[in-house]
Amino acid sequence: MSPSSLVQIRQTLADPGLQAAIYSSTGRLVEKRRQAVVDSDPAEFERWREQAREIKKHTLENLDFYLERLEERLTARGVKVLWAKDGGEVVDFVIRLAREKNARLIVKSKSMTTEEIHLTDRLQEAGLEALETDLGEYIVQLAGQRPSHIVAPALHLTRYQIGDLFHERLGVEREVVPEKQTLIARRTLREKFLAADIGITGANFLVAEAGLVVVVENEGNARLSSSIPRVHIVIAGIEKLIPRTADLAVFLKLLGRSATGQPLTVYTSLLSGPRRPGEIDGPEEVYLILLDNGRTRLLADRAKRQSLYCIRCGACLNHCPVYRKIGGHSYPWVYSGPIGAIITPQFHGVLEEAWLPYASSLCGACAEVCPVKIDIPQILLDLRWESVKAKVRENSSRLERWAFGVWAWVMCHPRIYELASLFSSAITTSEGDGWLKSVPAPFNIGPIRNWLSQRDLPPPPAKTFRQLWRERSGGGPS
Amino acid sequence: MSVRVSLFVTCIVDQLFPKIGLAMADVLERVGCRVDFPEDQTCCGQPAYNSGYRREAAQVARHFLRVFENADYVVVPSGSCTSMITHHYEDLFRKDPEWAERARRLAPRVWEFSQFLLEVLKIDDVGAHLKKVVTYHDSCHALRELKIHDGPRRLLQRVRGLELREMDTAGECCGFGGTFSVKLPEISGAMLQVKLASILRTGAEAVVSVDASCLMQIRGALSRAGVPVQTLHLAEVLASRERN
Amino acid sequence: MSRDFILHRVRTALGRSAAQPPPPAPEVQLPVREVPLERRIEIFSAALEKLGGRTVVAASAEEARAYAARLVEGKRAVASNAPLLADCGLTSLAGVRSGFSTALELRRALESADVGITGADYALAETGSLVLLSSASEARLVSLLPPVHLAVVLRDRLLTGLDELVSVLPDPAAATSALVIITGPSRTADIEQILVRGVHGPREVHVLLV
Repeated sequence: MSPSSLVQIRQTLADPGLQAAIYSSTGRLVEKRRQAVVDSDPAEFERWREQAREIKKHTLENLDFYLERLEERLTARGVKVLWAKDGGEVVDFVIRLAREKNARLIVKSKSMTTEEIHLTDRLQEAGLEALETDLGEYIVQLAGQRPSHIVAPALHLTRYQIGDLFHERLGVEREVVPEKQTLIARRTLREKFLAADIGITGANFLVAEAGLVVVVENEGNARLSSSIPRVHIVIAGIEKLIPRTADLAVFLKLLGRSATGQPLTVYTSLLSGPRRPGEIDGPEEVYLILLDNGRTRLLADRAKRQSLYCIRCGACLNHCPVYRKIGGHSYPWVYSGPIGAIITPQFHGVLEEAWLPYASSLCGACAEVCPVKIDIPQILLDLRWESVKAKVRENSSRLERWAFGVWAWVMCHPRIYELASLFSSAITTSEGDGWLKSVPAPFNIGPIRNWLSQRDLPPPPAKTFRQLWRERSGGGPS
Repeated sequence: MSVRVSLFVTCIVDQLFPKIGLAMADVLERVGCRVDFPEDQTCCGQPAYNSGYRREAAQVARHFLRVFENADYVVVPSGSCTSMITHHYEDLFRKDPEWAERARRLAPRVWEFSQFLLEVLKIDDVGAHLKKVVTYHDSCHALRELKIHDGPRRLLQRVRGLELREMDTAGECCGFGGTFSVKLPEISGAMLQVKLASILRTGAEAVVSVDASCLMQIRGALSRAGVPVQTLHLAEVLASRERN
Repeated sequence: MSRDFILHRVRTALGRSAAQPPPPAPEVQLPVREVPLERRIEIFSAALEKLGGRTVVAASAEEARAYAARLVEGKRAVASNAPLLADCGLTSLAGVRSGFSTALELRRALESADVGITGADYALAETGSLVLLSSASEARLVSLLPPVHLAVVLRDRLLTGLDELVSVLPDPAAATSALVIITGPSRTADIEQILVRGVHGPREVHVLLV
């Protein structure tokens, strides 16, 4: 594991305040989702999940068709559709457009896709003021940090830390009441919205046949970003497509419930272009940038293509016992939790942050709640296999590979296997039934040392099962 | 007509917790099964499979199939080993149709212990007595892959003298996850502490599960913390005839 | 830009050729249950109340006007151009300005408005939602900028839920550049998971069913 990830994990595990914040906020979201499923009728909810998976499967298997269809429909309504093979192309385009329009101030609403390509940082570097407007993202941007959860970016900060932050960065009185802090942010950002030249949002769904850009939110900043500035830019991954409005209904029913237990988020916007003749307000120009950035590579892998079904609800994060301990910052990329663990190696290579696919007990809680039924545990297993194949190719992890080879050989030779119990008795000494707090020094290595760092070892029994069985049956095999 | 059952005790029970295997055999015989123990058995291959070592896992899986494929029933005191065989062997042999077929043919006859009692033998009362307050831990593979949830609780309800208290995180992972427990020990340990706190909140004297690996993880923490709470496999509870 | 590059990569990944028609999309059934109006109103009120909003069923235009009058008393309000608002006499209330036809004028008025009054094209019972389509009668920002939003809806526009909306309006883009489904007041729990209403949008939502 990279030193920075290990440090981050250790720091997070050692911080009781952070542990409490992560565990309780994810716990709340778990309970809210559970209640929402009960309220909607679990059998119905299960049907929606099945439908959603089928729709995504179909769409991705025919993605070129739907991309062209979407482009056709949106273009007919006045949207300028662009295609970017990577983040660089997106950034270049936005900067060029900003210069062309003499734009100085950009407001943007929450979008994981834009975080993936570090859009805000690049725009700031180019001398533009690019402001996150989602409250949690705004706070995290002021703090110069990374968001720690897909749905609750500032989950890791306390009101006191936020009070200090606003005082230092906005020059306001130190305020620690969340309602008042929210008002400060509302006031500050309202001015920005009204003065902004360009608004940037992501898209939760792109409905191909209907020609719709769908943005869901609870705060209202996406509506403001897409309604006030003269120019609205939508940046969305190519996997966001679904075919029809009827499909949208299925996904809208799943998204809010899975993320926060809400049947619908506060605002669901169905956008299809710039302001039309007769309409009073709305942007004069709308751009949609369709982003690849490696998605086509995942698309090519039949077994793991389902990773692209993700609708970014965050349910897998909330239910993951690993995430609930190590938090979002322990993951190396903007996507954290189980979905992050499966897509990071696919986008960046399986040996880059090689620990990620192994940072799971394969408990399956994620797959149980994923609204589009991505088989995350199976993909983790496949990635572990690819990791081993890569280690073979690179001739690394030789000890581990050798150990498993020996292990398999022993397991295929029962008589040799029976001798193994003699070995384990030899390396441990135990008095009575006491579990072992330590082992003799030469054996306190590798897995044994790692086990003992957290818990005691079971003492090897005086006799193995097969020895006892022979005695029980009056000696002799079955 | 008595049912012939072949025991697959699992490597962890064989090597570290033999009493669990004996308890399971006792219960099965008590309810009228003829029990045998194929001596060539070793492991189901899960440790290698979960670590990405498919070739090694397949070797061990083929050995398993050779040993057991002629059994009437194979009964296993472990949810994770059972699901390895019944749910993952097909994936393991995805490029090997002959072995995939052999795995498919055996799978319907391989049963986790509690499911065997309830769904094959159709009994929920094995005449057990144990005066104890216990809490039940849902091991992940049992819960999510084999849908084992109500079954063990039903069996425990029928144990005379036993009081079952639910912990508030029964369905959350204990943090074992096979090699996960030693590859990422700090995370495994942190998850384990959550489970420990939940167990202590019930005031139970023992934790019961259908997986010895979970019990090993949990007991390891109880021992380290010096807490006198026991761990018992479901088989050990059902085999018990203690009266007070 | 990279259009051809990306489409080529997609087709290669999928083994598809250009202009190859896809198989039919999976069937999606959106069952619409028959729910009597009175029951829909009950469901709507309960759902909106749970979100911190208020529903008032007005037996007459006068009743509607009276409720609105109390809400805007001593305050500055901006009303959209929805004919229903004028029909109910809301646009003639003291403190209510309307009839804006340019974005600039409207924005200026909204910047200091305490209440935004709109119509609504539909309401959705199951979720306590309002559905507004941007048009000459309904600007986007009236329901968004002021801290209080009052919406007046004809009760026969109260649909059962999202599924029914999709069945009556399968092609929103044909009707408007922006359709918004508003489900309660603006909210966030981004600070310590504590619920706060009125982040960027209104903190109060009142619905008058007429």
